Amino acid sequence: MIHLQRRANPSKLMGYLAPVIALAMTLLAGFLLFALLGVPVGEAFRAYFIDPISDSYGLAELGVKAAPLIMIAAALSLGFRAGVWNIGAEGQLILGGICGGAVALYFYEVESAFVLPLMCLAGVIGGMAWAAIPALLRTTVNANEILTSLMLTYVASLLLSFLVHGPMRDPDGFNFPESRLFHDAATLPLVLPGTRLHIGAPIAIFIALAAWILLSRTLLGFALRVNGNAPRAARHTGFSQAKLVWFSLLFTGAVAGLAGLFEVAGPIGQLNPVISPGYGFTAIIVAFLGRLHPIGVIFAGLIMALSYLGGETAQITLNMPLAVTGVFQGMLLFFLLAADVLIHYRVVFGRERHYVR
Amino acid sequence: MPEVSLFTSTRRALLAMAASAALALPGVGMSADSPLKVGFVYVGPVGDHGWTYRHDIGRLAIEEKFGDKVETTFVESVPEGADAERVIRKLASSGHGLIFTTSFGYMNPTVKVAKQFPDVKFEHATGYKRGDNVSTYSSRFYEGRTILGTMAGMMTKSNTIGYIASFPIPEVVRGINAFTIAMRKVNPDATVKVIWVNTWYDPGKEADAAKTLIDQGVDIITQHTDSPAALQVAEERGVLGFGQASDMSSFAPNAQLTAIVDDWDPYYIERTQAVIDGTWESTDTWKGINSGMVAMSDYGPKVPDDVKAAADLIREGIVEGTLHPFAGPIKNQAGEVVVAEGEVLDDGVLLGMDYYVEGVQGTLPK
Repeated sequence: MIHLQRRANPSKLMGYLAPVIALAMTLLAGFLLFALLGVPVGEAFRAYFIDPISDSYGLAELGVKAAPLIMIAAALSLGFRAGVWNIGAEGQLILGGICGGAVALYFYEVESAFVLPLMCLAGVIGGMAWAAIPALLRTTVNANEILTSLMLTYVASLLLSFLVHGPMRDPDGFNFPESRLFHDAATLPLVLPGTRLHIGAPIAIFIALAAWILLSRTLLGFALRVNGNAPRAARHTGFSQAKLVWFSLLFTGAVAGLAGLFEVAGPIGQLNPVISPGYGFTAIIVAFLGRLHPIGVIFAGLIMALSYLGGETAQITLNMPLAVTGVFQGMLLFFLLAADVLIHYRVVFGRERHYVR
Repeated sequence: MPEVSLFTSTRRALLAMAASAALALPGVGMSADSPLKVGFVYVGPVGDHGWTYRHDIGRLAIEEKFGDKVETTFVESVPEGADAERVIRKLASSGHGLIFTTSFGYMNPTVKVAKQFPDVKFEHATGYKRGDNVSTYSSRFYEGRTILGTMAGMMTKSNTIGYIASFPIPEVVRGINAFTIAMRKVNPDATVKVIWVNTWYDPGKEADAAKTLIDQGVDIITQHTDSPAALQVAEERGVLGFGQASDMSSFAPNAQLTAIVDDWDPYYIERTQAVIDGTWESTDTWKGINSGMVAMSDYGPKVPDDVKAAADLIREGIVEGTLHPFAGPIKNQAGEVVVAEGEVLDDGVLLGMDYYVEGVQGTLPK
């Protein structure tokens, strides 16, 4: 028989190395997968990992795709460290897009420099307001924030659908469900001319750095970590759990809302029935892949974004099915979780041994 | 089995790609002797057995017809948002001379990329924005709905039909109305219950909607979504239904009465030929049953002869132009006449249709 036995002292070094090991194992398994599919392995790896970022446009697209993942995942890591499980970042992102987009449409006739900052503010407030609902329910009636935040995501996407089918619909758009295209004053400035890389990408990196400093250098960060590791100890030390819940949810809500605004004011340029391909959910994976560490999240976000771009390129150049991308992402998570298990547990063959403690 | 043929074709294409990959250099346009690369952007997976599946059949028809004069590529399940522009641009910048973007949500990205690649021809399905190198195309699916409505009206016993709808856009509303008008002509007591699922492709949601409708007493289901899930539920529960976009009789051999089949093959071949000949021009195509773009599958085993005869008659009338699905008198839900006797709705109104006709239950989400 095989048993798992908890290790007394899990290796910290291996904890940091786990994503690297998982990535290496994924590449190895990918190698086998391509070989079995009869695909030239070298070309397949080129299509996945090199071709998508072989020119400046490709690199810019990597930034466009990674930015929302990185900023949301960095914010989520703070909450997850504190044991506050906000699963509804997707809904907060959508609300940010709605509120920011509403400002853009309200000032449709106005070409002024204040429109964009106002949109950002509205996006942040929208995301925070949506996250405030699970925070309120958690702190008043102790409702599980995993459920409430997740369910509110579906409410948010229906709200967006309602708005673009009705009040925010393009009056010249033959009743099709989308808003007018935003004016130049309401779209994000580009970092790299000729590409779609917008100001949101550097801001995402800045948010990740800020989250790192907050988590590692401030009392609030300490309180968040203690609350996650030892909630009872946190209570005895006088940290208010309610305050930490409020902070975690409002912070992720604000960042997710801003990310949503960046999507509608950046690459999309209008409000659509669907403004995110699930960034809020993918960011949860990114957060864990990045070890709930804001800097790790930057790398994890880039890898995740690359896997999407690579999936598209592999379809175009090698006629590979999209499912291979899903298999890649699945393997990455599987190996990461497997590595985590092996860091915390040792595999024992034979009869389980009992130790006297 | 379609999967098998798709798979072998993919394998063959893979070998061809591998052989040509060493020679092919990325670049825009094509010389006389290199094959025309034709790209497709799909909103769902090629295995949805509905909308995307039929577009992929069209892609394979291009390969079949032109052989080594063309190379085709597709990218499946591309979200209608920020990702679409990158995928379309990638196809344009990797030497594709003709690109089909096959969902409404790709409209603005298609137009945007088309401006950056004036030498590449773009074809956008179901949209309304065109350009020098952007055509639009769609089918008058509502003509098929008129036939379905007639059959449903004659065959329903509970006088309630379930309609699973995707998004409240004019195309879908038009389908609901065409169905209802035809149904009420043969059965003035019948009504239509609509469930909006807010997705084109989600077999789980589509099946749930079908179950809900059946529990509410409908005995015939029709749907404007992409998978056969609703029809499978109909088969299980012993009610009747229609295939959508593709012949789905293999999923519901007893339940499927008939199916509206999207046949993109002739259009795709024609447009590819035009690019090869250098005669391609930006056009707006909206054709129906008489062009072959909308086809009807064979009748299922449960369709009685009188219903078959009536459906055939409607079909002939549409083909010959003697029957218009939106001929007056048409009443809205409030019972007011919106189209007088002797008039027909013109295409402009049809393209922006945003109200229900009499006989549809509930209110149109706006």
